[in-house]
Amino acid sequence: MNGMNNPLVKWIDHRLPIFTLMKAELTDYPTPRNLNYWWNYGSLAGITLMILIVTGIMLAMQYTAHVDYAFQSTERIMRDVNYGWLIRYIHMNGGSFFFIVVYIHIFRGLYYGSYKPPRELLWIMGVVILLLMMMTAFMGYVLPWGQMSFWGATVITNLFSAIPWVGDAIVTWLWGGFSVDNPTLNRFYSLHYLMPFIIVAVVVLHLWGLHRFGSNNPLGIDAKGPQDKIPFHPYYTIKDLYGLAIFLLVYAGFVFYAPNFFGEPDNYIPANPLSTPAHIVPEWYFLPYYAILRAIPDKLLGVIAMFASILVLFILPWLDRSPVRSGRFRSWMFKGTFWFFIFVCVVLGVVGANPPEGMWLVVGRLATAWYFLHFLVILPVLSVVERPKALPTSISEAVLGGGDTAAGAAAKPMEKA
Amino acid sequence: MGKILLTALSAVLGLGIATAEAAEGVEIPSRDWSFSGPFGTFDPAARQRGFQVFKEVCSGCHGLEYIAFRNLAEIGYSEDEVKAIAAEFTMVDGPDDEGEMFEREGKSSDFWPAPFANDKAAAAANNGATPPELSLITKARKNGPNYVFALLTGYEEPPTDVELLEGLNYNKVFPGHQIAMAAPLFEDGVEYADGTPASVEQMAHDVVTFLAWTAEPEMDARKHMGLKVMIFLVVFSIVLYAVKRKVWADQH
Repeated sequence: MNGMNNPLVKWIDHRLPIFTLMKAELTDYPTPRNLNYWWNYGSLAGITLMILIVTGIMLAMQYTAHVDYAFQSTERIMRDVNYGWLIRYIHMNGGSFFFIVVYIHIFRGLYYGSYKPPRELLWIMGVVILLLMMMTAFMGYVLPWGQMSFWGATVITNLFSAIPWVGDAIVTWLWGGFSVDNPTLNRFYSLHYLMPFIIVAVVVLHLWGLHRFGSNNPLGIDAKGPQDKIPFHPYYTIKDLYGLAIFLLVYAGFVFYAPNFFGEPDNYIPANPLSTPAHIVPEWYFLPYYAILRAIPDKLLGVIAMFASILVLFILPWLDRSPVRSGRFRSWMFKGTFWFFIFVCVVLGVVGANPPEGMWLVVGRLATAWYFLHFLVILPVLSVVERPKALPTSISEAVLGGGDTAAGAAAKPMEKA
Repeated sequence: MGKILLTALSAVLGLGIATAEAAEGVEIPSRDWSFSGPFGTFDPAARQRGFQVFKEVCSGCHGLEYIAFRNLAEIGYSEDEVKAIAAEFTMVDGPDDEGEMFEREGKSSDFWPAPFANDKAAAAANNGATPPELSLITKARKNGPNYVFALLTGYEEPPTDVELLEGLNYNKVFPGHQIAMAAPLFEDGVEYADGTPASVEQMAHDVVTFLAWTAEPEMDARKHMGLKVMIFLVVFSIVLYAVKRKVWADQH
């Protein structure tokens, strides 16, 4: 950074070493030289969060959080605000794309063992971000005050009534009344505006934790020396930018050509507490959890299972005891169950979109069972019984060493990661 | 509140699904719309004819809440024509300086007036069913344009085994097949200004084109901007890929 010689920069940096910090963490930051494109999704998630915050603030300037005006003000944004339709469609689809990007980011972490020591806290803060995102998205979906907004809010807040003894009191407290009504809309709006900034704060912690030991990498082995790492800039700034352009291409495709693809037609009908839609379905990114909720015949147990499906991620670093991080060097059983687990998650999503009866109920229950089996039985057992392949000795050798890497690595005994 | 809880609970348990299945039993045929596809734009002639159908047929019972007269300029009416259309309506305004409400001619800035004072009045005048507001109808129904077209052209004699409830009409695509709205379109029900023969299909096609515009008035501008954005992003991606290759050249 040539700017470091600028006298003003020097003056500020001497008193507040913000430029030194930026240089160390954004420019020079040593990064494993072998990151593949699955490592793009972290920065994509951060950028999507920024897009959501900027468009959200612009929408908030025009939106009215009142049961009599919320739907109307949303439509007026679409019609009478200059480029209001663009801002709203970017925000609306941004929510979906945030989840797409974050889900890919999570599955990348699952495959390459990014949750393993010493990155357990980094992983846990990521799960906290996921939970915060889900709350924010849920409350945001209520704001346009369409039929799905209202009934989705009613169904989901009612889940808390399953809590023994205090359930009904909690639901009344959440609603601010005896049904989903104006106080509910107002507090959801307030919290929907607040939570993204809490997410930003946890993202900062997430990045802080990340920079403590640096990124994991596709080989899952620690960097042995400077030859294993390259500076973040220009190598990963340009790689992230290229990935961003491709991502924006897909995102813009939906915003401009299929803006309501992820939405429900019912949400273009104003909320009506006296008329229940035939299907109440949550947004697509909640469908797997919705399937787990409905797979369990008991309401309280269903709610517990739904929350447990995310909470289990918190203890994942202690469930998978394998010392090998990267799935690349683990047995075919790990790879097979990993891909099957993704398949099960997709199946759960499809089940969640369908009525819980007949075949769907059976499939939903099997998939739910497998979901928990994967974390609570398969991963712990696999990590004990499987024989991982030998790890390469170093990143630079594996990446730059040419064809004899695998043979050379195979001779070495497996190292503890 | 007990009722809301119960309906919400039944929704959680999936009991509310049974009613939806009746609606999904019918195949809605896809039509070729001027506005479908990434390059589709609203057919201006059909849209204006559709406005005529809406004004002369639908507007007796259905509102068009989010369309102001001024918006009609966007479908090809001149400023004077818009003023003339608005002036056909009488609006209640006020209060004036004496505190009295008064009546005046419609202005371009007024929104399309609702046909009934409120939903209750609308239901009372329509055999208990409130005619839905139409400006969002094609967005508020699954497969909206095709569904609305199929509904408008879907009236037929009920099968012999179906007993119609009093005041309801048989429609092959409406969920449950019994709809409160009587068949609204009849051959030559409107006399098109441009001389197009007004068959039921033609009127249904035109009014759906108009309603697709009222639901997504930004659509033409959106697709137009989308094309420019996509072209930019494709070029930008290629440039960034080339830069990426060059930057990484010494690392491979």
